[in-house]
Amino acid sequence: MTCFPASTDKSLGLVIDLDTCVGCQACVTSCKEWNTGGHMAPLTDVKPYGGGVDGVWFNRVHTFEHITQEGGRTVHFPRSCLHCAEPACVTVCPTGASYKRASDGIVLVDEEKCIGCKLCSWACPYGAREFDVEIGVMKKCTLCVDRIYNEHIPPEDRVPACVSACPTGARHFGDLGDPASPISRLVEERGGVPLMPELGYEPTNRYLPPRARSERAPTVAAAPLEDAAPEGGFLGWVDRMLSR
Amino acid sequence: MHPAYSVILFTTATGAGYGLLALLGLMALAGMAPPGLWPGLFGLGLALVLITGGLLSSAGHLGRPERAWRAFSQWRSSWLSREGISAVATFVPAGLFGLGWLLTGRAEGWVALAGALAALGAVVTVCCTAMIYASLTPIAQWRSRFTLPGYLLYAAMSGLTLLNALLAASGDGGSVLAGAAAALTLAGWAWKRASWRHDDTAGLPATVNSATGLPGGRVLSIEWPHSEENYLLKEMGYRVARKHRDRLRLIAQFLGFLAPAVLLVLAALTPAGAVTVGASLLAALCQLAGLLVERWLFFAEARHTVMLYYGR
Ligand code: SF4
Ligand code: SF4
Ligand code: SF4
Repeated sequence: MTCFPASTDKSLGLVIDLDTCVGCQACVTSCKEWNTGGHMAPLTDVKPYGGGVDGVWFNRVHTFEHITQEGGRTVHFPRSCLHCAEPACVTVCPTGASYKRASDGIVLVDEEKCIGCKLCSWACPYGAREFDVEIGVMKKCTLCVDRIYNEHIPPEDRVPACVSACPTGARHFGDLGDPASPISRLVEERGGVPLMPELGYEPTNRYLPPRARSERAPTVAAAPLEDAAPEGGFLGWVDRMLSR
Repeated sequence: MHPAYSVILFTTATGAGYGLLALLGLMALAGMAPPGLWPGLFGLGLALVLITGGLLSSAGHLGRPERAWRAFSQWRSSWLSREGISAVATFVPAGLFGLGWLLTGRAEGWVALAGALAALGAVVTVCCTAMIYASLTPIAQWRSRFTLPGYLLYAAMSGLTLLNALLAASGDGGSVLAGAAAALTLAGWAWKRASWRHDDTAGLPATVNSATGLPGGRVLSIEWPHSEENYLLKEMGYRVARKHRDRLRLIAQFLGFLAPAVLLVLAALTPAGAVTVGASLLAALCQLAGLLVERWLFFAEARHTVMLYYGR
């Protein structure tokens, strides 16, 4: 049944810190690297070495300029599936290939059932689903189901690949359904927001907005560098003497 | 949205086919079925060919068509699934209708009842098709109150124009039928113009601020995650329509509505003869071509919310 569960035991998801993300794309490549051998493998690339390159990625990092009265700010913005609580991508699916798990809220695609009608990608406003033109089925972020419960890897590695790769700690993983979980407290503390709440998809993932501008920036400028082509002074005299 | 030819053909052909099927079924129920055997059966055959062709074309849009049977399973939540079931179910009364008509030679009694059931199935199927689009929140042009009545109206309109052509050709037509087809064509035109007026002012259902969680001010996309077009841009970021919009709308209006309406009025006013037959046939062909352009615009002009992330 592609009706999604009314409630899930856990609401596993990601929290992404727009303040610290530096747009290095480490999460993008580690996601691709892990998942092209994982649950939804392969993440097909078409013409990877020429013009017209295309391929399946579960996580994409955009860059925006946010211009307010205080000035402009560059914001790097990772975009992946938000594992919504009201996922229309699941209800529109005619085959039952798209489903939301009652145990942890993860939204997945069963590749054996998918007919590649693409309707779920039309129903997702977040652009989280990408079609694999070679296999003919839809693919999407799995929240790394094959890592987070994987008993063959050390416990500290049982987090999504994108989370463990992030060099600035901008990605967090946990149960957003439990208000006492560290990740829920982080959202609380930093005023994390859902994306496009007005559409009613009830996304699980949260984004932490950039922190307010600090007044602690240095007010005294550093001494100017010495002129490279001095006209006067001792160096100027040396320059003139040697140039004769 | 990317206007896939398979889906344009699917919605246009099945629309006309179901319209024709429903009209034949309702005429049989009302005891007004075409008297001759062959115009009725030819009409039914044409309807079934349009429907079957359209459905097969929609299967061509699938990544894994061999698994299409799985699409019948999720009727409780998915309009696409409901559409598939309803389409297949409609073949049963439609087949009985045709078979009974052929064997008994007339569309009465149980044959008319089968025709009525086929008409019901046709209407339900067209509603399901429309709801596939009308239920998609990220696309404001589709999730509008114009979508469902529009699909029903264009199906009835093109079905009636086809029926008129068919009966005119067999000598069973009449001014009333041609006049009704002209009236429905004009109604369809008015509805299309009203839908376009709505679509042009319907913005996206979200803003770039809410899409990025950055409140206030302006949010400009300064770098995309990829240098070449990806699936999202190819499927949801189609922009050719915006460039040629006005010209294509004129073509759609001329071929789909204006020219057929004039031809149908001509057919209604002239006494039965070569002019009536020619005008009726031309009207039907012209309208189908116009509806293909109209449907191309329906897809190509639709703007998807995800493009907020791309600043398109
Ligand atoms: S982000 Fe898109 S794909 Fe993911 S659950 Fe929400 S609607 Fe579905
Ligand atoms: S593309 Fe696959 S997962 Fe998506 S709606 Fe169609 S059958 Fe379901
Ligand atoms: S959770 Fe896993 S699949 Fe999802 S974006 Fe991160 S690395 Fe990719």
